[in-house]
Amino acid sequence: MKKKMNSYLLTGLIITGTFLLLALIGQFWTPYVPTDMAYGRFQAPTLSHPFGTDNFGRDILSRVMEGAGTTFFIALLTVSLGAVAGTAVGAVTGYFGGLLDDILMRLNDALTAFPSFLLALLIVSLIGPGKKLSVILALGLVFIPSFARVMRSAFASLRTANYVTGARLMGAGSSRILFVHLLPNTFKVFLPAFTIGFNNAVLAEASMSFLGIGVTPPDASLGYMLSEAQSMLRAAPWYAIFTGLTIVFLVFGVGLIGEGLQLMEGEEG
Amino acid sequence: MKRKLLTLTLALLTLAAVSIPVFASASRRASQNELAIGIAQDFDSLDPDYMTAAGTKEILFNVFEGLVKPTSDGDIVPAVASDVQRSEDGLTYTFTLREGVLFHNGDPVTMDDVLYSITRRWNSDDAAAILPALAVIESVEADGETLVITLSEPSNEFLAAIMNAYIIPAGYTAQETAPIGTGPYRFVSREVQDSLVVERFPEYYGTPGHVDRITFRILEGADGLVLGLQSGALDLVAHLSSDQVIQLDPRDYDICEGSMNLVQALYLNNAAAPFDDIRVRQALCYAIDKREVLAKAFDGYGTPLGTSMFPSFSKYYDESLTDYYTPDLDKAHALLTEAGYPDGFEMTITVPSNYTPHVNTAVVLVELLKKAGIKATVQPVDWSTWLSDVYGARKFQSTITGLTSDNMTARKLLERFGSQVGNNFTNYSNEEYDAILAQALSASNDEEQTELYRALERNLTENAANVYIQDMADLVAVHKGLSGLTFYPIYVLDVSALYWES
Repeated sequence: MKKKMNSYLLTGLIITGTFLLLALIGQFWTPYVPTDMAYGRFQAPTLSHPFGTDNFGRDILSRVMEGAGTTFFIALLTVSLGAVAGTAVGAVTGYFGGLLDDILMRLNDALTAFPSFLLALLIVSLIGPGKKLSVILALGLVFIPSFARVMRSAFASLRTANYVTGARLMGAGSSRILFVHLLPNTFKVFLPAFTIGFNNAVLAEASMSFLGIGVTPPDASLGYMLSEAQSMLRAAPWYAIFTGLTIVFLVFGVGLIGEGLQLMEGEEG
Repeated sequence: MKRKLLTLTLALLTLAAVSIPVFASASRRASQNELAIGIAQDFDSLDPDYMTAAGTKEILFNVFEGLVKPTSDGDIVPAVASDVQRSEDGLTYTFTLREGVLFHNGDPVTMDDVLYSITRRWNSDDAAAILPALAVIESVEADGETLVITLSEPSNEFLAAIMNAYIIPAGYTAQETAPIGTGPYRFVSREVQDSLVVERFPEYYGTPGHVDRITFRILEGADGLVLGLQSGALDLVAHLSSDQVIQLDPRDYDICEGSMNLVQALYLNNAAAPFDDIRVRQALCYAIDKREVLAKAFDGYGTPLGTSMFPSFSKYYDESLTDYYTPDLDKAHALLTEAGYPDGFEMTITVPSNYTPHVNTAVVLVELLKKAGIKATVQPVDWSTWLSDVYGARKFQSTITGLTSDNMTARKLLERFGSQVGNNFTNYSNEEYDAILAQALSASNDEEQTELYRALERNLTENAANVYIQDMADLVAVHKGLSGLTFYPIYVLDVSALYWES
């Protein structure tokens, strides 16, 4: 049966596509040099600086374009790491159950109980500060427990489904059942978890900068810029508004794609 | 219907909650001769023997006094003592007790009180009350109305140290809840995490205060203070940043610029390549335009510095060193080429991420250094990591921070660059410097010491020990009509000089 495009998916793809296009352009070309401080402090938006300038007199549009790519890259890798590891843990525990389930899920609980900042600090002290990868690893670890929990319940509920029992009677091995029969059917649960996780990652990345991991000044990322803009809300409202809107744009677009894909799956089923 | 009623009640309650802090306006306070001052943190202790936070000492300076006290010019003048005599050999100080000094409870200050107050801080079982700087005292003896203090060795810092031994009533144990001192303002009440109220002490022996009643409102978080000013609930707030100041209406508030009395610099690890080479350090000095840093990151506020001394110590401060290195990219490049870095090099600036001014400075430095071909990266770390790795273990290449002197002596700012000194975190090592430092610390008179201190400053500049940037501005928002704000070389807010213009 042919999968039908729906309006959610289309809108989401357009929004996210526009965002990605701008971010991609931003990696090669920006209207001004993003770290150049030559444009006057706190200039309100004008035609030559549509997003205005920040406290150093840097062009905010150029910084948003550059930062969007960084943000997207970090968020995607972070949530993918969490998703892959979390799904693996969820599949094993949900399908097999038993002692392994108990051990892994209690480990999972322990990870949840651990404040993410402490976890991040631990990782920084292990890998050393100043590496962009460390933020991906730190945040990725933080995202594992929620994925593991969601996926575990998905696998557990499908374990006793008729088609699984059927496959087992036909002599299919555990790995075949897991990958061929179960995994595709957990997609409906996986998708919203992924999009929500992605959106959380966009915002979480900013909170890690002050520990010296992830994006460090003067490099730009949307989350870092937004947290910076907070303290200048009265002096330069456009700073928070435009970076905030860009994040909303991205989060909304990804959310719509998730919604659209789910709808498509629903129609199919 | 029920739901509507509930919504209405909730709405009204919210409105009430929002409008509870109803403050009187500045004009009303002026007519009642009162004052509301915003401060950013609560008091750690009201007991003068135990208070350690700078923000607490800053305010209680108006309530407590020692035998001597500081002036805004950086001098130390008699307070509870009316006269101080220093013996020829510098070992004996004779204080004459001032007549007619009263405690805030009305009791006269007696020699017993003075002995009690000094002994508590110098030689008591209570370790928390001990002032380490008083360890130089050998004996304290009272003779009628004079107090004779003998030192084990001459010390030019002794008066600055005894200044902090506040005179309190002998045996009085309720300082924490009802503090009693001899200052121009006396304690009225305190609400923890909310406010502290003081009133003018009419029987003060010196120049009395002008304003009758002063409320210090504690508003933690930078936004609270700005909102308090904008709403007219506060008449004066100190230690504001340039970003906070631009949010205020210039029709309501004047901005007074004092200084933080600290030396902000790009501190270099003199022991590690490439900064073990004087030419590289000098190249940085030529590459960094401090005035540009002030313009870009501080809205032009701040005083450029060229060495480890700030202008408030006018006696020691050598202004000519400020522009010893004038910004010159060609010179910077020539020096780098000579040092073997014709194409520049990469460096890391480690900054404590909780100090936004230092982070912002680093961001501007990256831009300035880029023009000189040096690729700098900013490495923000949290405060405890900074303390342990940079300041403690000296594992860094360069860092930005502000060094201060917490009493009235310039010694702290210079002593730390001696090669054998424990807190010399920059690893500056210069034989000539060590020699002058040793001479300066044992100098018998003040003029000689001052000259030597100036020589130390020059040594630091000529050898480009660090890239000195500025003494950061301490911006104070003062409501129109309020006058008399004076700045001190130490961290105090003298409210006795404030008055409303009629």
